[in-house]
Amino acid sequence: MTTSVDTPAPKPTKAKKSEPSVLFDAPGPRARVRNNIIAVVGTLILLGIAYVVYGRLDEENQFAGELWEPFLEGETWTEFIIPGLLGTLYAAAIGSVLALLFGVVFGLGRLSDHWWIRVPSGAVVEFFRAIPLLILIFFIFSGPPTIATAFNREFIEITPFMAVVAGLTLYNGSVLAEVFRAGILSIPKGQSEAAYAIGLRKNGVMRLILVPQAVTAMMPAIVAQLVVLLKDSALGSIIAYEELLTLGFYQMKANYGNAVAALVVTGAIYIMINMALGYLATRLEARSRRSRKSTAKTMGVGIGTQPAVGVSGVNQTPPSISGDTGGV
Amino acid sequence: MDVLFDFTPVFDRMDDIAQGFWATIRLALMSGVLSLILGTVLAGMRVSPVRIFRGAGTVYVNIFRNTPLTLILAFCALGLSDTLHIKLSNQSTVNFYWLAVFGLSAYTAAFICEALRAGINTVPLGQAEAARAIGLTFFQSLRLIILPQAFRSVIAPLGSIFIAMTKNTTVVIVASYVESAYMMRQLFDEEGATIPMFAAFAIGFMILTLPMGFFFGWLSKRMAVAR
Repeated sequence: MTTSVDTPAPKPTKAKKSEPSVLFDAPGPRARVRNNIIAVVGTLILLGIAYVVYGRLDEENQFAGELWEPFLEGETWTEFIIPGLLGTLYAAAIGSVLALLFGVVFGLGRLSDHWWIRVPSGAVVEFFRAIPLLILIFFIFSGPPTIATAFNREFIEITPFMAVVAGLTLYNGSVLAEVFRAGILSIPKGQSEAAYAIGLRKNGVMRLILVPQAVTAMMPAIVAQLVVLLKDSALGSIIAYEELLTLGFYQMKANYGNAVAALVVTGAIYIMINMALGYLATRLEARSRRSRKSTAKTMGVGIGTQPAVGVSGVNQTPPSISGDTGGV
Repeated sequence: MDVLFDFTPVFDRMDDIAQGFWATIRLALMSGVLSLILGTVLAGMRVSPVRIFRGAGTVYVNIFRNTPLTLILAFCALGLSDTLHIKLSNQSTVNFYWLAVFGLSAYTAAFICEALRAGINTVPLGQAEAARAIGLTFFQSLRLIILPQAFRSVIAPLGSIFIAMTKNTTVVIVASYVESAYMMRQLFDEEGATIPMFAAFAIGFMILTLPMGFFFGWLSKRMAVAR
């Protein structure tokens, strides 16, 4: 009897693999059986839902080849989807640059020592954050012409593009202003005290010491807000700005009656772009966290998030819920 | 010049404006409740021991969080209603109301799920370990120990999400349901008094969203978990 019974040695490692969270123990034999049963039942439920959806789509003949065929033709892409995508990216790019500028100006404005800068900046930021973007875009679109008429001036032509970009700038710029402000407030007081001590003026303290650190710390929140901005550009379709949603969804649906196919293609493009940006935000967040000391150990040891407290505590919130947004 | 700031059209059409906002409030309340339920279920799925649920939750969140709400709601009207002939009610306005609510809730739930998951991450490790040590199952520890603490720590972000959702009800304009944005556009066309009308709707939304912000701020302070 030389053989000892120490075979179960490799088991713990195997069990450890299926323990991704501290919420539950490494499952033992019974728990594993139970989990497998739940997994099978869950899979059946999910498959059941998928089947109901499939059945409904099939019943309405949404899998018919002619509905999907347009997306295999080069013309669809060159005439509709790529111009639409360019329209979206163009509005989002210009909107992002302007929103960042707006955000820096008003974010710093709210931190000004002079009340006559601080109070108006705060009012502007709070106003644009409190009203829906769509209402704002409608007003920018139809307001100026009536104002021009009232002054007996020439009719000002506001293109849908201008209205979309202006709306995106004002709304997202206001959110970014709060992000910048929170970023600057989150920097330890010693930094600005030290800067004053070596003889920098207020301008120098802001420009050389506080803003660079705030921007680094806020990078994930800023990128997340730019994702929101990109998604918001789809609102342009409501005032007939020719972007991805207008051309890829509405036009395709109007031409071929293929709402489902158009949804899948358009949605997939949006999702790919936004997930790429989201990935960038996560990377930046991981990078900025590496240099920071963490406090008490929490459930998200790997993720290391501290209490998510909206705008004022930014950068602890995951990119998804950057501050005020929730996005449109 | 006087025409610009003539507020009489606003007072003349107060009924229509109030009707628009009443629709907004109805949409916001129902979507708020549904998205909170769905978001909590999704958050539970994303931390569950069963891999298939985690995967399904992740896929759901990534899809809905990265799709523009405009696309989702446009599909609710053009796809679900017109193409797939899904009818939730024989009355067309009721039908579009529910489609809009489902679209809004499906979208908002993804954000609520992520906020809650962030909240779960803030719960100290010892809480979950203690829960397991006294023999609670996954569901019990989630329901009795983890989620109550998680909810309390994410009240402020949840408030932001609900405020954003209230503002997002304006996008329902693409789902063929008459709410405040639709009403404003129509009044722009009919009355032409853009500045007073815009001011009225902006104030209306501030009346809705600013108290919500104060309320959730107060609640999050009151309910904060002292550690």
